[in-house]
Amino acid sequence: MEWTSYLAPLAQGAWVTAQLTVYSTILGGLFAFAFGLGKLSHNPLLKGFSVAYIEIFRGTSLLVQLFWIYFALPILGQAIGLDLRFPPVAAGVAALALNIGAYGAEVVRGAVQAVPREQYEAATALNFTGRKRLWRITLPQAIPEMMPTFGNLAVQNLKDTALVSLISLGDMAFRAEQIRNFTQDSVTVYTLVLFMYFGMALVVTACMKLLERYVGRWRAAGR
Amino acid sequence: MNNATEIRDATESSDPIIKFDKVVKRFGDHVVLDELDFEVQRGEKVTIIGPSGSGKSTVLRVLMTLEPINDGVVYVGGEPLWHQRRGDELIPAGEPHLREMRSHMGMVFQQFNLFPHMTVLRNLTEAPVQVLGINKAEAKKRGMELLEMVGLTDQADKYPHQLSGGQQQRVGIARALAMRPKVMLFDEPTSALDPELVGEVLNVIRSLADEHDLTMLLVTHEMHFARQVSDRICFFDQGRIKEQGKPEDIFTAPKEERTKAFLKAVLDPDD
Amino acid sequence: MFFGIEWDTSSQWAFAVSIFPILLHGLVITLEATVVGFFIALALGLVLAALKSAPTRFIRWPAKLLTEFIRDTPLLIQLFFLFYVLPEFGLTLPAFLTGALALGVQYSAYTSEVYRGGLEAVASGQREAARALNLAPARTFTHIILPQAIPRIIPALGNYLVSIMKDVPVLGVVTVLEMLGVARIIGDRTGGYLIPLTMVGGIYLILTIIASLGVRYLDTHLPKRGLSLK
Repeated sequence: MEWTSYLAPLAQGAWVTAQLTVYSTILGGLFAFAFGLGKLSHNPLLKGFSVAYIEIFRGTSLLVQLFWIYFALPILGQAIGLDLRFPPVAAGVAALALNIGAYGAEVVRGAVQAVPREQYEAATALNFTGRKRLWRITLPQAIPEMMPTFGNLAVQNLKDTALVSLISLGDMAFRAEQIRNFTQDSVTVYTLVLFMYFGMALVVTACMKLLERYVGRWRAAGR
Repeated sequence: MNNATEIRDATESSDPIIKFDKVVKRFGDHVVLDELDFEVQRGEKVTIIGPSGSGKSTVLRVLMTLEPINDGVVYVGGEPLWHQRRGDELIPAGEPHLREMRSHMGMVFQQFNLFPHMTVLRNLTEAPVQVLGINKAEAKKRGMELLEMVGLTDQADKYPHQLSGGQQQRVGIARALAMRPKVMLFDEPTSALDPELVGEVLNVIRSLADEHDLTMLLVTHEMHFARQVSDRICFFDQGRIKEQGKPEDIFTAPKEERTKAFLKAVLDPDD
Repeated sequence: MFFGIEWDTSSQWAFAVSIFPILLHGLVITLEATVVGFFIALALGLVLAALKSAPTRFIRWPAKLLTEFIRDTPLLIQLFFLFYVLPEFGLTLPAFLTGALALGVQYSAYTSEVYRGGLEAVASGQREAARALNLAPARTFTHIILPQAIPRIIPALGNYLVSIMKDVPVLGVVTVLEMLGVARIIGDRTGGYLIPLTMVGGIYLILTIIASLGVRYLDTHLPKRGLSLK
């Protein structure tokens, strides 16, 4: 079989992979900010919950989390009388986002804490409320610091999407396995897929670099 | 009740705008302010001098509510700063009270502490818009007036890192003034500057000193400047005021040995 | 029954207790794969790092591209690639070794950067000082640079050891019976996924907490100013 005939199904898979990556990276980013800031909160409940989330999702394996959400959660739901069965897409996006969000939360926390104390004092002296100080002074300075690591995490997330093929989601890895089963032409299929992932990673990296430049544009002014 | 308010209003104008009553501030075992009593009158220009670690900057930082105190009471405009009244009692102040009190003060920092992600003009308009609720157009107009006052109208759209240290500090002064404070606190405003940039900042502060109703509290090592602009000089040592008086008295005829030694060290460092 | 151990489904508690030794069997495989994969990563990473600092750019650039390629592509696909492609070239490895090799390849991209970063972090002034003292290049490397680089390198490598451990479950797809695979089989056969999967999560959590405490200990106790190699 000609290798070009693999391209159509692989492209279908690539589209699923791209969607999974985008959705779970955005959702993961939200988790990262919510729990990263939560860990810095003075409210012990919020702080405790954030620390527990970060430790659990960083401390266990992504595949364990994915299987737990897909296989174990429905059983838990049955026991407590809730329908916690999720379609593979939802389980996949949730597991990826929760996992990457936990790593991102530590990045957010670190970057916020790295904003010089003097900025906090200047904002206090100008009588900003705590919330406005965070949104208008601290975060705009912290976010550009997070971006290089966020870029790495986004690529990590793209790679991790391959695991959702194991709960039979039709992403690129899943299509590759199908084609291999059908043709036994493993060298061609996997070489092709490796390069497709590499290409997508380059696109993700380029997008994150653009975003990094955008959020940090004040740093480049006049240089 | 009516009577009481009237009395307060009447006394407010003649009472000191700032009053430290046996204020204690400790960092661990180190006593920074040692039962400090200190008063500043409305419109007065006071310079605090003294060796490093004598508690000079702490006085300003306590007033700006950046450092809480351990004991005593600080009054600003007759109201306790770090406490609020409940009946006849004083209880530790909550954030709403602190925010109310902070609105009377503006601070200029040694390291400028401008917001690096905002243009110069935005540094001046952000707090008036976000904190005071002034509309943007008005805040910009006022911001440009302040930039004109500090001689930086042409830098309005630049970012802080594009400015020299002296320019940044002039923006820092304008930013504090944009909030229309009654008391301006200057914490070693020229210490971080290259010598040739000190003059431009001092000139701005000097022009402010001519405003009668603005109270100024200045911590500095620029002794000649302090002598020119101050109504009173306070010499701090070990968390207390060792000696205070008119500039000409302190600089020409200090009474205390510590004051003499300090002034000699800073004024004739070559001896 | 699994690994010759019977499970007890009379109650949930009894079930959990009875499958614990089965999971431990899987845990042993997980730890073995972690260690073997880690050592392969250490060795391959060293090769990559050496190639990336080769004197000619005809070696340096391809080595950098290869590192980037390995780092930007999924472990799962690399694993499938090795698992299905190596035999076509006449190299048939047991699933466990193929898995460990895949882990090693994936993480060699990371370890090679750790080596390079650690060496480059040693201040260039140190090199210049050594040159001024007329130390031979080899001696400079072993006596001046390495002792200062190692305290930075080891904690970073420790973090990747933990990451490898968390990636081992991927090897389940090529029939390596690591802990998660064992838990899934128990789930498949009993229909009770909740308890085995939760237990696997708990065991992972305990292991990573212990491991990160270990890494933190190394980080604070290795002398940052240099390690005596004697």
